[in-house]
Amino acid sequence: MKTREHKAEILAHKRIDERVQLMTLAFPAPCAVPGQFVMVKAGVGGDPLLRRPISIHRRTKTGIELLYEVVGQGTALLAALRPGAEVSIIGPLGNGFPLVAAKGRTPVLVGGGMGAAPLVFLAEHLTAAASIKQPVALLGAHTKKGLLCVKAFRTAGCRVITATDDGSCGRRGFVSCLLKELLESTARENAVIYSCGPRPMLNSIYELADTAGVAAYVSLEAHMACGIGACLGCTVATTAGNKRVCKDGPVFAAQEILWGQADEN
Amino acid sequence: MKTDLSVRIGSLHLKNPVMVASGTFGYAEEFKDFLDLRQLGAVVTKTVTLKPRSGNPSPRTCETPSGMLNSIGLENPGLEVFLKTKLPFAAKLGIPLIVSIASESDPQEFVELACRLERVKSVSALELNISCPNVKHAGAATALISQDPAATKAVVRSVRKVSTKTIITKLSPNVTDIVPIAQAAQAGGSDAIALINTLTGMCIDVRRRRSRIAMPVGGLSGPAVRPVAVRMVWEVYRKIKIPIIGMGGIIDTFSALEFLIAGAAAISVGTANFVDPAVSGRIIAGLKEYALENKIASVRSLTGSIVKPCVQPKK
Repeated sequence: MKTREHKAEILAHKRIDERVQLMTLAFPAPCAVPGQFVMVKAGVGGDPLLRRPISIHRRTKTGIELLYEVVGQGTALLAALRPGAEVSIIGPLGNGFPLVAAKGRTPVLVGGGMGAAPLVFLAEHLTAAASIKQPVALLGAHTKKGLLCVKAFRTAGCRVITATDDGSCGRRGFVSCLLKELLESTARENAVIYSCGPRPMLNSIYELADTAGVAAYVSLEAHMACGIGACLGCTVATTAGNKRVCKDGPVFAAQEILWGQADEN
Repeated sequence: MKTDLSVRIGSLHLKNPVMVASGTFGYAEEFKDFLDLRQLGAVVTKTVTLKPRSGNPSPRTCETPSGMLNSIGLENPGLEVFLKTKLPFAAKLGIPLIVSIASESDPQEFVELACRLERVKSVSALELNISCPNVKHAGAATALISQDPAATKAVVRSVRKVSTKTIITKLSPNVTDIVPIAQAAQAGGSDAIALINTLTGMCIDVRRRRSRIAMPVGGLSGPAVRPVAVRMVWEVYRKIKIPIIGMGGIIDTFSALEFLIAGAAAISVGTANFVDPAVSGRIIAGLKEYALENKIASVRSLTGSIVKPCVQPKK
């Protein structure tokens, strides 16, 4: 399928909390894979100008779901749209999580904050596949309110363990502490890690996985203007030189990333 | 009635005046799913330097009112890899291929690049990027070559001596008077002027009191800069004889027409490619429709066709 611009109708648009929205778009994307994203245009014309990259949260028969955080002018405009309205999207874009790595193994999904969004699509994909063991979802957030998709991971068939910074739900501490314990148990023998969240969290995930000798894949976030590999705005330093988060990622093998050269945002 | 969209830039025959701006279209292959690339007037590739450049730190872009700020820092794989892996796709399109080149520290690199590209048949023209705001030249009188008429003329002349290809000189709007710079490029032997590169700008995250991009200053592009770009095309058009390729915030047919009417012979679509990868195709169709509706036999007659203002600017 060629990647093009699509005008997709909003089928449903729900407010999850004061800053998180769930948008369902009539955009059948049978070839979309977990970890891919779409570039969404907020408003029409030149202001705001650029599209927003949003990961695919779930895929249904009739379309895709986007779970996104309202962080600025663009996402605020999107949040104001009602069902029936159309949005311009380009996608699905980028490379998803390598599913073959999960064959015969226990997938460990590690999501921090909004990073849980694309992992739901992955969980549903993994639990539908044969020869893949029950995935474990480790979810972390600042507070209980920030823990997203707990129910969705359970419905998909995952074992869910949570952590919050303030201890308001699950373990008090970072989600990486949950992973550390898991990797210290016998579970590490056959684990493969898929993770999405803030960069410092992904960095810890990489260090834990590396110490334990477990394969880890991370989905990176970056500022990007085009999403199709042209602007070089989203470059990330890797062991094989600069790569584009939009086109060569957003999912990378964790050991490929030069974590020291961090983007501070 | 038929309408003629073709234009000439130096020795290039463009079937229409719509090109794509360097740095906003990758190496063309990135856009193949979105539009029929062969319909474009010409393609300008991302600036290439002699040696590979990894570019500036991240974040490199941020949204600004009706535009964006970027500080990519001319990331590119260097000439060798460019010739081997990037150029072949664009070379097969059968449309004029313009290669944007830049020096990193020594303007002599322009000559070396031009010599190497002279032997590459598929390259129709060189665009001299002497105006990138995100690369610093040590020891020069001005931050950018294109901020100094003498340096501009010297670089163009040195390339002219070794190249038979059409030379386009891309200028910076970050000057007090654009006219002497354009005249210097013309005097150096440039076949055309590309106006404008990005305007330098800043954007601050107030909460963190830090620049929103990793570098303090970046290049502003998008519709926000269009009035500045149109004004510069208008100013330069009346003072030089070589054609102008106008660019800066073109997002549709009407914004493209603004540049033609101000004095551009051709236009380049830039930042809009990021938002709408198929937009240049629609602008070509839109120009044709406009010409037919207004019974314009040749798009060339639009160039500089602005109605004289009631109040003439003082000399």
